Amino acid sequence: MDAPVTAGARTQAPPGTRVALLATCFNDTMWPETPKAVVRLLERLGVTVEFPVEQTCCGQMFTNTGYADEAIPLVRSFVEVFGRYDAVVAPSGSCTGSVREQYADLATRSGDSGLQEAVGEVAPRVYELSEYLVDVLGITDVGAYFPHRVTYHPTCHSLRMLHVGDRPLRLLREVRGIDLVELPAAAECCGFGGTFAVKNADVSVAMGADKARHVRDTGAEVLVAGDNSCLAHIGGLLGRERAGVRTMHLAEVLAATEESA
Amino acid sequence: MSGEGRARGRTRLPRAETTATFVGMPAFPSMAREALDNTQQRRNLAHATHTIRTKRAAVVGEVPQWEALRLNGSQTKDHMLAHLDDYLLQLEENLVEAGATVHWARDADEANRIAIDLVRAEGVDEVVKVKSMATQEIELNEALEAAGIAAWETDLAELIVQLGHDRPSHILVPAIHRNRSEIRDIFRREMARAGRPAPEGLTDEPTQLADAARLHLREKFLRAKVAISGANFAIAETGSLVVLESEGNGRMCLTLPETLISVVGIEKVLPSWSDLSTFLQLLPRSSTGERMNPYTTMWTGAAAGDGPQDVHVILLDNGRTSVLADEVGRQALRCIRCSACLNVCPVYERAGGHAYGSVYPGPIGAVLTPQLRGTSSKLDQSLPYASSLCGACFEVCPVRIDIPRLLVRLRTQVIDGKRGGLPTAEGAAMRSAAWMFADHRRFEKAQDAATLGSLLLGRRTSIHRLPWPASAWTEARNAPVPPRETFREWWVRTHGESATGTTGSGGPGAAGGVR
Ligand code: SF4
Repeated sequence: MDAPVTAGARTQAPPGTRVALLATCFNDTMWPETPKAVVRLLERLGVTVEFPVEQTCCGQMFTNTGYADEAIPLVRSFVEVFGRYDAVVAPSGSCTGSVREQYADLATRSGDSGLQEAVGEVAPRVYELSEYLVDVLGITDVGAYFPHRVTYHPTCHSLRMLHVGDRPLRLLREVRGIDLVELPAAAECCGFGGTFAVKNADVSVAMGADKARHVRDTGAEVLVAGDNSCLAHIGGLLGRERAGVRTMHLAEVLAATEESA
Repeated sequence: MSGEGRARGRTRLPRAETTATFVGMPAFPSMAREALDNTQQRRNLAHATHTIRTKRAAVVGEVPQWEALRLNGSQTKDHMLAHLDDYLLQLEENLVEAGATVHWARDADEANRIAIDLVRAEGVDEVVKVKSMATQEIELNEALEAAGIAAWETDLAELIVQLGHDRPSHILVPAIHRNRSEIRDIFRREMARAGRPAPEGLTDEPTQLADAARLHLREKFLRAKVAISGANFAIAETGSLVVLESEGNGRMCLTLPETLISVVGIEKVLPSWSDLSTFLQLLPRSSTGERMNPYTTMWTGAAAGDGPQDVHVILLDNGRTSVLADEVGRQALRCIRCSACLNVCPVYERAGGHAYGSVYPGPIGAVLTPQLRGTSSKLDQSLPYASSLCGACFEVCPVRIDIPRLLVRLRTQVIDGKRGGLPTAEGAAMRSAAWMFADHRRFEKAQDAATLGSLLLGRRTSIHRLPWPASAWTEARNAPVPPRETFREWWVRTHGESATGTTGSGGPGAAGGVR
């Protein structure tokens, strides 16, 4: 069941399908290398990916902080911008989770049955990157090359909201040159939690400190995850400790090739 | 057995050094900060929660149909909640027929008054107690004490908390924040004041501690005329009450005294006897990580010549019907108080139970307390935010309470409650951010400002200190420096705006009609 699916087959999005990149506001502004990597990766796999520039933010920060009224217009604009695509791919477990698991409640709150219907149609077509690669394209070997000692942190929303399971690990295992080491207590939350990181900064840092310790214990050079927000938190702690561990989004590792190395 | 302890007769109940009520307690973040500094407690909690979570995972893993059981448990509870009025009447009818007396209590005061009157009617000034969340919730011990009645906790962990003038910090293991040597010190210092003293030379060996507690408690069991309990389940079909426990102290209380008073939350009802089997599997595995709990005591009214002859059941509302009124929020009433969600919660593990300012700590406390008490106090407003929304609680909950979803819902309720009042700094920031995100051109302008920051910072790759409110981030974490080029700038530069497949500035046309 775990058999590698190779990129040689060039399995790709069915012809004629339209695939959109949901870059997420955070990546767009702070970590552009990640959505760039998604574009490079998907194009390498033969997928024509579009980036609708009208997109801004999925609204997760508003929703999860209790500002539902502020999030509803963003739900509206999301379904307008992405409604016409067959698949929407996001390099973020939490933003994908926000759309798939929380939009329905927001649409219900809006009392707008048209919006509820539109959300019901779009939400199932929004995929986190590893889901899209493994489930839709049917690929686990994306032809990447990354000769480094790497450990992987499964972010909570990927793990427990989306249930991406071992898809990211299956993708990483196929990367050539990689030395993939297991992260102790991997499933434990890093403590980021959106505005939790500042509203309960002390607890957040206490959780992150344990995560950073586990990362250091692996001796990895690079910590990989599917959410740059969690990586910014853990990386911020590792950086303050001058731990000498880099953080990197899964997309960037998968996009790396021998030529780019 | 020495008669010394008995000769001391009735002694004073240890009084909690802090106020019994949680009113006016500071909000979660400041209580959590204090707890984080308590390194001993941090170690105790990390050790205890990790041990029990490993045990739970192992025994749950043994049950191939676990997910089906969870689903069955949640559906049974939902069905019960949807028809609660009918099942409660049926329960009352069957209890009365079996010889029990049923009392209805709207709130804590009413329940406490009923209990005090019942104890007074027996002419005694002490009772033994089976560990019960419902009686803690209504602060029955404090009410009894104020009425001159001593309430002796008989659960080992509750005894430790009571003797330590402490508050419980966990649903199942109220003294989880204490370690063995702390317990030895408490026993040595306090047992004499509450009855039989601790044996000479008591060490922190678990068997010695348990023996000391057994001897101390035995005289109370044998002397008590009245016992007070809660119930894990109340079966409508038969009028039976059920208590699950590990130590056997509960069974002593439930069988020895002449009068038994049980305070039962109205959400504890199960429709039928056969429903119990699901929960007898779900509860022990989720709570203590055991396949089966050592003692399951069931009683149906009063039986002539056997056990308590005078049985009273106080059915407690205390906010439950208002939780029931919320169709989404009501799932919190499915809770069977197994504490699995506490044991996996990374926030609980660090902050400890006291930081939640409620007898219900941890994830379930963060959703149940603000629903039962409302969100008017600063503390109750802070509870829904006492979570990173990691979802571990939902994953382990045997009755599938979607705690993360309820937390978000309660946060929304807290913010809605502030709308129309004085604008908060956070509210203003959120509103302007929402305005900025409402149109991609505004968003792009804001991004320009962010990238400008990166130009000013030169080649540095991280920021060590930022002004308030971002200082809450940079206090302990470096912050990333914004890049010189946003993704969308790169996209337009490399792919051109037309590659979006849209008209460019005019916005999308195909998905219209959604306004
Ligand atoms: S919410 Fe669920 S996991 Fe937590 S105590 Fe209640 S039943 Fe157990």
